[in-house]
Amino acid sequence: MTVAAPAIANRTLSQEALINGLLALLPGSAVLTDPEDLRPFECDALSVYRRLPLVVVLPETIAQVQAIMRLCHTLRVPVVARGAGTGLSGGALPLADGVLLSLARFTRILHIDPHNAMATLQPGVRNLAISEAAAAHGMYYAPDPSSQIACSIGGNVAENSGGVHCLKYGLTVHNILMLKLVTMEGELLSIGSETLDSPGYDLLALLTGSEGMLGIIVEVTVKLLARPERAQVVLAAFDDVVKAGEAVGAIIAAGIIPAGLEMMDRLAIQAAEDFAHAGYPRDAEAILLCELDGSNAEVSEYIMAVRRVLTQSGATEVRTAVDEAERQLFWKGRKSAFPAVGRISPDYYCMDGTIPRRQLPQVLRQISQWSQEYGLAVANVFHAGDGNLHPLILFDANKPGELARTEEFGRRILQLCVEVGGTITGEHGVGMEKIDQMCSQFRSAELSQFHAVKAAFDPAGLLNPGKAVPTLQRCAEFGAMHVHHGQLSHPELERY
Amino acid sequence: MADLDSSAALQQQVQDAINTRTPLNICGGNSKTFLGRHPEGKALPVSAHRGIVEYDPRELVLSARAGTPLAEIETALSDAGQMLTFEPPHFGENATLGGTIACGLSGPRRPYAGAARDAVLGCKIINGRAELLQFGGQVMKNVAGYDVSRLMAGAYGTLGVLLEISMKVLPRPAASLTLIHECPQQEAIQRMSQLLSQPVPVDAACYHAGQCHIRLAGSEQAVKHAHEHLGGEVLEKAAPFWHTLREQQLPFFHSDAPLYRVMVKPDSAPLPIAGSWLLDWGGAQRWLVSDEPVAKIRERVAAVGGHVTCFRSHDSHDEVFATLSAPLLTIHQRLKNSFDPHAIFNRGRMYPGL
Repeated sequence: MTVAAPAIANRTLSQEALINGLLALLPGSAVLTDPEDLRPFECDALSVYRRLPLVVVLPETIAQVQAIMRLCHTLRVPVVARGAGTGLSGGALPLADGVLLSLARFTRILHIDPHNAMATLQPGVRNLAISEAAAAHGMYYAPDPSSQIACSIGGNVAENSGGVHCLKYGLTVHNILMLKLVTMEGELLSIGSETLDSPGYDLLALLTGSEGMLGIIVEVTVKLLARPERAQVVLAAFDDVVKAGEAVGAIIAAGIIPAGLEMMDRLAIQAAEDFAHAGYPRDAEAILLCELDGSNAEVSEYIMAVRRVLTQSGATEVRTAVDEAERQLFWKGRKSAFPAVGRISPDYYCMDGTIPRRQLPQVLRQISQWSQEYGLAVANVFHAGDGNLHPLILFDANKPGELARTEEFGRRILQLCVEVGGTITGEHGVGMEKIDQMCSQFRSAELSQFHAVKAAFDPAGLLNPGKAVPTLQRCAEFGAMHVHHGQLSHPELERY
Repeated sequence: MADLDSSAALQQQVQDAINTRTPLNICGGNSKTFLGRHPEGKALPVSAHRGIVEYDPRELVLSARAGTPLAEIETALSDAGQMLTFEPPHFGENATLGGTIACGLSGPRRPYAGAARDAVLGCKIINGRAELLQFGGQVMKNVAGYDVSRLMAGAYGTLGVLLEISMKVLPRPAASLTLIHECPQQEAIQRMSQLLSQPVPVDAACYHAGQCHIRLAGSEQAVKHAHEHLGGEVLEKAAPFWHTLREQQLPFFHSDAPLYRVMVKPDSAPLPIAGSWLLDWGGAQRWLVSDEPVAKIRERVAAVGGHVTCFRSHDSHDEVFATLSAPLLTIHQRLKNSFDPHAIFNRGRMYPGL
């Protein structure tokens, strides 16, 4: 689905006017138009969607971002913002007639304030770099998406990124205090404040996870937490994924909120073990990794309790990491699960549904049945603590029809997540990828409300158009293809 | 439970109000009428729409209709060894869940465990087109669509009628202990803000009547260990103290002078404004009883990057919340219009014209 940008000779007059306008605002090195220079920006980490933008701009100051936005607003040119390009839903997919605004040059940590437990950052600062800078004060930034080495805080805010510690420490929305935002009209807004709340509507919540549809984030103030005295991981093996799922509920019922609670199934365990040599039991049907943090004595107390619960839940083996090195190794296996699966299959497709935890056995059974029907293997990696499921569908894009079958399989999984009371995306965002599934998750009235919210920030509809929220027309077409229990969704719309 | 679901009737009442362009004043338990600006419009009582819809302690999620008494929810949670994370003030026996979320009120635990909005996972509302809408859900992680659920928290009912709310809940801590240190205000501010960068299980901190109160909560071991580390005298009747603080029943709050809620960075030095002060939220939320002119208070607080809300005994026809910048006010007006195009709901309760 690669679409070529118009060659320079074929540019329209208005496209020439845009590029000349941008060159008047920015140094030549910050305006890219050569197809070779545009190529690295053609996709985010969901590389099945690719498209070259008309032009890439690389501003360095907020004033430059404002000027770019004013120009684009005047010329009615759409803008797609991009952070580190690690997004998994095609949210930063460029538009062929649009500007791709990269925030890659906004990489400064502006201020770390341990006594108020906050840090102020430019949006291109990498997630992990925040914790590294805060470490000098014994503090860290809690959300840790698996791409944390590369992903940027601006992108984390746009996607409301999670990670493996969400159950105890929350998502991005729970860990930020203030944003600076440039609107499509070029206005600079302060959203939230350095105090714990701010007057007016909670725009901070509304903007977090808004996928670049409402504004360009040009500064972020995050909350820092004190680094716990100790963190320890318990690994438990099970001969049945259902037992592992039940053990998750049992730990929580015992009144313990682990810092992280992750589950992997057999295929994921084997791939991760071959890749990372983490010491996982290769013959297990499922493993749980349960991280506990806090004071030294507290962690010891929790480990005793968790080991007891796991054993009672039928674990075949329960192991506590003997030292920090082994703890890191246990996590390395989990955090490298995606690339590990990438090694055993030419391609894989990562899904991101969330379900109420009690539905886990049913959902895993159904996925396994579909896996056989489609002839496509699935490795399951699961943020078990908060119900966020990442089935990885293994396929070969070079085999005719296999991508289409994979996508259909994926759509059915997401549909199932909605049916059992969950959602089509826990942390990767809707972007381009799940735009049709939004029609299953929401009805016309809610989608219309979303469009109205967008119009409140971007009346001209120029920010990242076509992503995150489908048009009702699009849902009507999609709904016609997916009649569920004989019920057409969006019955009020004309069909064609 | 079907008889407790009055969403259809409420939807009809909203439709009627739209048809006749009658402004509505959404009323729960009437415990928070004193908050915000002067209520306008015909009363729309929602307290009959009540009842816990779903609660499975293992999922750490509770869903309840907006009119459900807060006390009923807290009892159900307590029976299962759990609690609301944000320790909401009730400000009256009839406090409802809907009113609590609409006013975005959180108690002493807020800086350490999150605000009311942080606990919100999903909601059902009626918007100003009389449409019944559902956002978010009953799962912790959900990034499908804009976060309208959290936008409702603290919107004072100006964007829609809350019908049902799903919230994240947590186990109650196994142990809790409150430590007291006698000290001047500046020292208390330092003590409380320094705790933010230390790995200690603090879940409330305030400064009142010359004493810094620090509440520890967690496992038995965690609390014991932190007590040894921090020292200080143990407060015997800690629970009633935090309760009376949360409910504004301490003698400090018994005054006819205006009460202001002053929000600043936690380590801000004592502010040069005449009146009496009580510092909660580790110094981040400061209560001020003062006869000083409100404009002067706002100016002094804004100078240190903070903001002020007139909380009690104020002129409710005046500005109650801090003024919004012109571009922010424009966004607010457009958002209000997107949810409530006929300006039916709680008109002017937050700001004139919203």
